Amino acid sequence: MARIIVVTSGKGGVGKTTTSAAIAMGLAKKGHKTAVIDFDVGLRNLDLIMGCERRVVYDFVNVINGEATLNQALIRDKNCNLLYILPASQTRDKDALSQEGVGRVLDELKKDFKYIVCDSPAGIEKGAHLAMYFADDAFVVTNPEVSSVRDSDRMLGILASKSRRAVDNEEPIKEYLLLTRYSPERVKLGEMLSVDDVQDILSLHLLGVIPESKSVLNASNSGTPVILDEKSDAGQAYADIVARYLGENRPHRFIDDKKGFLRKFFGSK
Amino acid sequence: MSIDSQKTAHTPLALEFKSSTFSVPVLVLTSDNLLVIEEQLQQKISLAPEFFRNSPLVLDLQEINKQGYDIDIAALTGIIRKAGLLPIGIRGGNLQQNKLALELLMPVYSIHSGGVSAETQKQKTITPVPEPKTESESDTDVDADVTTTTLITQPIRSGQRIYANGDLVILAQVSAGAEIMAEGNIHVYNTLRGRALAGVRGNTEARIFCFDLQAELISIAGNYKVSEDLDDTVRNKPVQIYLQDQALIIKDIVQHH
Repeated sequence: MARIIVVTSGKGGVGKTTTSAAIAMGLAKKGHKTAVIDFDVGLRNLDLIMGCERRVVYDFVNVINGEATLNQALIRDKNCNLLYILPASQTRDKDALSQEGVGRVLDELKKDFKYIVCDSPAGIEKGAHLAMYFADDAFVVTNPEVSSVRDSDRMLGILASKSRRAVDNEEPIKEYLLLTRYSPERVKLGEMLSVDDVQDILSLHLLGVIPESKSVLNASNSGTPVILDEKSDAGQAYADIVARYLGENRPHRFIDDKKGFLRKFFGSK
Repeated sequence: MSIDSQKTAHTPLALEFKSSTFSVPVLVLTSDNLLVIEEQLQQKISLAPEFFRNSPLVLDLQEINKQGYDIDIAALTGIIRKAGLLPIGIRGGNLQQNKLALELLMPVYSIHSGGVSAETQKQKTITPVPEPKTESESDTDVDADVTTTTLITQPIRSGQRIYANGDLVILAQVSAGAEIMAEGNIHVYNTLRGRALAGVRGNTEARIFCFDLQAELISIAGNYKVSEDLDDTVRNKPVQIYLQDQALIIKDIVQHH
C-alpha cells in the first residue's frame, strides 16, 4: 500500500524542499519507487534542488487540468531510476490546485508508487492545506528557534483537525519531527533552542536532527539532493532519518558537539 | 436640615454596587416530611450549636423535586428559623416554589452558579447565552449539560479552540496559541501554555487545575490574568486557580504543611 508523506512546517525557509528532495532520494535508493511532488505553485524550487529544471515540460497543474498525462509530466531522476519528480507550475498560483484534482493525481500515483512525497509550500493557506490533506505521514520540519516551533505547532493542529484522515475520522496522520539547521555549539551558548526545548514544546516523535552544514548549500547549488553526499554530516543525518522511518533502529547523532559521543534520545515523552 | 445643606455642596457618593462572593451553607432536602426534617435538623445543630447560630442558609429543592415530592415552603422556612438559622434563598425549585419564595422575600438562586441571584448580580462583561432546555426536566432549572465532561487525550495545538458545555479534562498539553473554554471546570494534566477560560457563562465557582502553569491567559467567569501578571512563584508547577472576591487566586495544588 502506497503511503503519502507531507513535508511541512508552516514557516518558510526551514528546509522543507531540501528535506523533500533528500528523503525522496533516500527512499528510492532503498529500493522503493518514489514520487516527489512540488506543491509550491508559483514558487517552483524542487526541480532546482533535484537538478532537473532543464527537463521540465509539463507540470502538476497541467496534469490536474488534463492538459498532460501523469506520465508526460513525471521526470525520472538522473541519479536513481526509482525516483520521479512532479514539478510545480511557475506561471500559475495556488488557486490552480483543487482538492478534487490533487486527490485524483494522488490516487493515480498510488497505483504505481510506494511512497509519494508532497513538498508543501510555507504558510497555512490553500497550497499547504492541499499538500497535507491526503497525507498518511507528516514530516514536520522545524528550526531550533521559537517562531519556527510555534508555526510547526500550528501546523500540527491543522494536521490533527483539517486533514482527510481527521475529517473522515480515520486513524490520525503519523507525525514526525525533523529538527534542521541544528548547531550544538550555538545551543551550548544559549543562542539556539536545544532538542529537549523543542521536544518539550511539541512533544513529537523525533525522527532526526540535521546539523547546520555547508554541504546543504553546496548540494542545492549543484542540484543534487544532499543525501547523495554520503561523506557530509547532513547527508548522513538524512540517511539515518530515512532508515528510521523505514523501521531501522539507529541512535541519534549530531545532537551533541562531543565527537563520537552517541546520545540516546527518546522521541516523545 | 443639615442634610439639605450638605446636599448643596459636593455630596460624596453615598452608595456603590459591587459584586462579591460568599460561602453559604446549602441545605439539600431529600424528604417532604416536615416533622422528620425538623427532628434531623435539630440533631445536626445540637452537634455544633455555635456554628449554626444565625447562619445564613440556602434551601436546595432539586432532590425532592426530582423525586416528585412537593413541600410547603412557608412552613419549611418557619421550621428553619425556629432552629436559629436564617434562610436567604432557594435553588432548584420549580416555578411555583420560586414564586412562593419570592413572596417570602427569598431570592431564587440558579442551581449551578452558587451565590449569584438574578436580582443582585452585577452586569458581567460576559453576555450569558440562553440555557439549552432539556425536554424531560419539567420546570426545574436543572441543566443536564452541566454534569457532562469533555475528555481530550490529544495535544491542543496552537490555533485550535476547544469549547466544553460542562467540565473539560485534557490529558495532553495545551500549546501556546491554543484556546480552551469550559462552562464548568478545566483540568489539564499536562503543561498549560495557551489560554484557559473556565466558567465562561458566568459560573464564578468554576476552577482551573493544571499540572504545569505556563498559560498565556487564565480566566474564570470573565475575570482574567495575562501571562505578564503571573508571578514566578506560581509558574511551572501544579496549581489550581479560583475566584475569591472577584480576584483570581492561584494556589499550589500540593499543600505544604
